[in-house]
Amino acid sequence: MMYQVKDLRLSFPDMVHKRLFGAAPRIEVLKGIGFDLPKGAVLGIVGGSGSGKSTLGRAMLRLLEPDSGQILFDGHDITHRSEDDLRGMRRRFQMIFQDPMSSLNPRRRVGGIIAGPLRLHGFDDTAAKAAEALDMVGLPRRFAERFPHELSGGQRQRVGIARAIALRPDFILADEIVSGLDVSSQAQVLNLLEDLVKELGLTLGFISHDLSVIRRLCDRILVLHHGEIVEDSQTAALFDAPKADYTRELLDAIPLPDPHQPWF
Amino acid sequence: MKPYLSIRNLCVTLKHGAPILRSVSLDVSAGQVHGLVGESGAGKSMIGKAVLGTLPRALHIRSGEIWLDGVDLLTLPLQERRKRIGATAALIPQDPLTALNPSRRIGPQITKRLVDILGWHKNAAEDRALDLLAEVHIPDPARVMRSYPHELSGGMRQRILIASAFAAEPKLIIADEPTTALDVTVQKQILRLIADMQARHGTALLFVTHDLGVVSKVCDTLSVLYAGKVVEDARMQRFFMRPVHPYSAALLAATPTYTNPTGSLKPVPATVIEDVETEVQQHDMRAGL
Amino acid sequence: MRDARGDIKRPIGLRLWLSGGWLTLLALAAIFAPLIAPQDPLAQDLFTSRLPPFWDAKAEAGYLLGSDSLGRDVLSRIVYGARLALIVALVAGTLTCLVGGTLGLIAGYYRGWPDRIISRFVDIWMAFPPVLFAILLIAVLGPGLISIIIAIVVIDWTRFARVIRAEAMSQGVMDYVASAQVAGRGRFGTMITEILPNVLPTMVALLTLEMGIAVIVEAILSFVNLSISTDSPTWGGMISEGRTSVHQAWWVLVFPLITLFLTVLSFSQLGEGLKDRFDPVLR
Repeated sequence: MMYQVKDLRLSFPDMVHKRLFGAAPRIEVLKGIGFDLPKGAVLGIVGGSGSGKSTLGRAMLRLLEPDSGQILFDGHDITHRSEDDLRGMRRRFQMIFQDPMSSLNPRRRVGGIIAGPLRLHGFDDTAAKAAEALDMVGLPRRFAERFPHELSGGQRQRVGIARAIALRPDFILADEIVSGLDVSSQAQVLNLLEDLVKELGLTLGFISHDLSVIRRLCDRILVLHHGEIVEDSQTAALFDAPKADYTRELLDAIPLPDPHQPWF
Repeated sequence: MKPYLSIRNLCVTLKHGAPILRSVSLDVSAGQVHGLVGESGAGKSMIGKAVLGTLPRALHIRSGEIWLDGVDLLTLPLQERRKRIGATAALIPQDPLTALNPSRRIGPQITKRLVDILGWHKNAAEDRALDLLAEVHIPDPARVMRSYPHELSGGMRQRILIASAFAAEPKLIIADEPTTALDVTVQKQILRLIADMQARHGTALLFVTHDLGVVSKVCDTLSVLYAGKVVEDARMQRFFMRPVHPYSAALLAATPTYTNPTGSLKPVPATVIEDVETEVQQHDMRAGL
Repeated sequence: MRDARGDIKRPIGLRLWLSGGWLTLLALAAIFAPLIAPQDPLAQDLFTSRLPPFWDAKAEAGYLLGSDSLGRDVLSRIVYGARLALIVALVAGTLTCLVGGTLGLIAGYYRGWPDRIISRFVDIWMAFPPVLFAILLIAVLGPGLISIIIAIVVIDWTRFARVIRAEAMSQGVMDYVASAQVAGRGRFGTMITEILPNVLPTMVALLTLEMGIAVIVEAILSFVNLSISTDSPTWGGMISEGRTSVHQAWWVLVFPLITLFLTVLSFSQLGEGLKDRFDPVLR
């Protein structure tokens, strides 16, 4: 198993309703999430805004610390591990972020952005490895000299992918990575990710609000709603016969590019 | 039937000449919804902005005509143009978060235009606002009128902006990606609401979006833009059955759909991009740019 | 996709040239003061007192900008005064930036208790009236170059701390910081390699602004006679002396004032100009 998640709970302080004295009340974002993710699987995580899907992703990468429950990564309990203890493992689980404009340091060149993590984990020949990563995501090597704002949206997202795969991780979490892209680059990025997952034998977590995109890529889908899993199905089963009402609602709300679809 | 909004050969450029819109022409008739489709940077939002006179300072209209209700706006003096636009057209903006002033209550934000520009009495304007809020299915309109924007959800705010757009009974509404910032379930409600309101009020609607799925649900006709040039103009049914321009076809093929499990997504092929680039360049050469 | 976004050009660095030019001129004048200054700035000569500037019929050769009531050459005094002004600007400005910037960076990035301590300190500090505070400090430390520099640092570090803290906070929530954490970079390393390059442009702009402010503070302290000994000419001291005889010899007041004005303006414009020219990200 790549991931085993058990009864995961996580809350944030609610500063809006904080009283003048005393601790702020807490908002529960994840309310007991549990699932297993086998090695090599591609898991889709779907939900609307406020469903907790991004929070779940960030907890799995231990960018957030859960209140309770358990996260096992490849058998290791990482639920409450300190940052220092995690450091050695961090190479193995990587993330691609939603907004490449925000996730690529605007004042560093692409080459440095990809090579930085490599250097940190003691890889040698980092410049060559960064160039290889650019090859793998289909960007010309000369892009290493560019700044992020000199690239198009699709190209930036490729840099984000290159940074993640350069470390040769076991698991990658992709958080809404195509929601900011045009359809033409969307298709390219999705196809690229699909190829890389196969080629490198990665386990992938794919967070999205868009079931159309999820269907392309994933074997299995978790549907999140208000911090709970309302459906956990194989992809085909979910689209053929959605179990949860919320899943059906999501499916019905997607406007297909087809004027004959009865929709309103 | 004579179109209510008719744009003829509109050219918009950056101050030093780089083209943003390349002789765009399109028509929207009363009671019709016209979609403007294109990818980011295609200039689709700029068309709406040119009509409403809200182009960014760096851009200017080089040539062309914008006929609104039988008058070419671009021949009018600025003051008169503003007045005319204010009285006949309205905008549903993209981002309901920033379109409302966070430090003012909802009520005055809806009635302001009626009172200031159209000279309504304050009470009449408030009654109108209450009616409209009810019409866009907002529960307890009186309470919402007294609320501040941050107390309402994104969907609610977008409803308020729709109500506010219809407040002065405009003949033309420009909706600029009105559902992009919303969840898919909320998007459906908002689209239905916009379609209902448009049909009931018989408004001409120019609907700017990047989403072909959305277009197929709300539009009667559409224009596909690439790099500020209209590459295809079509009736909606025909477009989705037989897109004529290769770029339109490629765009349609690249749009993901959940009903197609096995077929892989086809990115827009490089040859199609090359061809449409050449087309744009040829246009620029003819236009002497 | 073709679009015109790439066509927007960077503005030409005219203000960088003008401000940089003036400051270079001033720096050269300060370094080579003994070679450039036509007269000894301290030499008093009652026969040459209150000579008008060169275009006046009563002007005398060798006194280009005239002389003051004690017969000292105004131009020479301005040139020597530039030494003190620039030393104060560079040393005090840099020290203020280092102290305030470091504390602001730590408070804004680490948040939590370091932030609470630093921010509280800044709040309390800013409640003191700055000029009074400076005069008090000099009174305690005694006049002199080092006292002036200490006074400026002690008063103005809060400006840096505040602005850099806010900037570091807004950078701290960006995903590239999370991404550094995913890559396994430690907190301190992230602050240095990710956050610092992004607050640096703001820091440089503030630094040049602060250099201008330092020049003004030094002038104010000289004006109230709390700067360094009357032996070395200072712009503030000249303005103070010129004020008393403005009706008889306006040039004693006006020329140092213009110099001061141009210098402070150049420092603030230099910051903006540097940002336009060298920041890879256009904002």
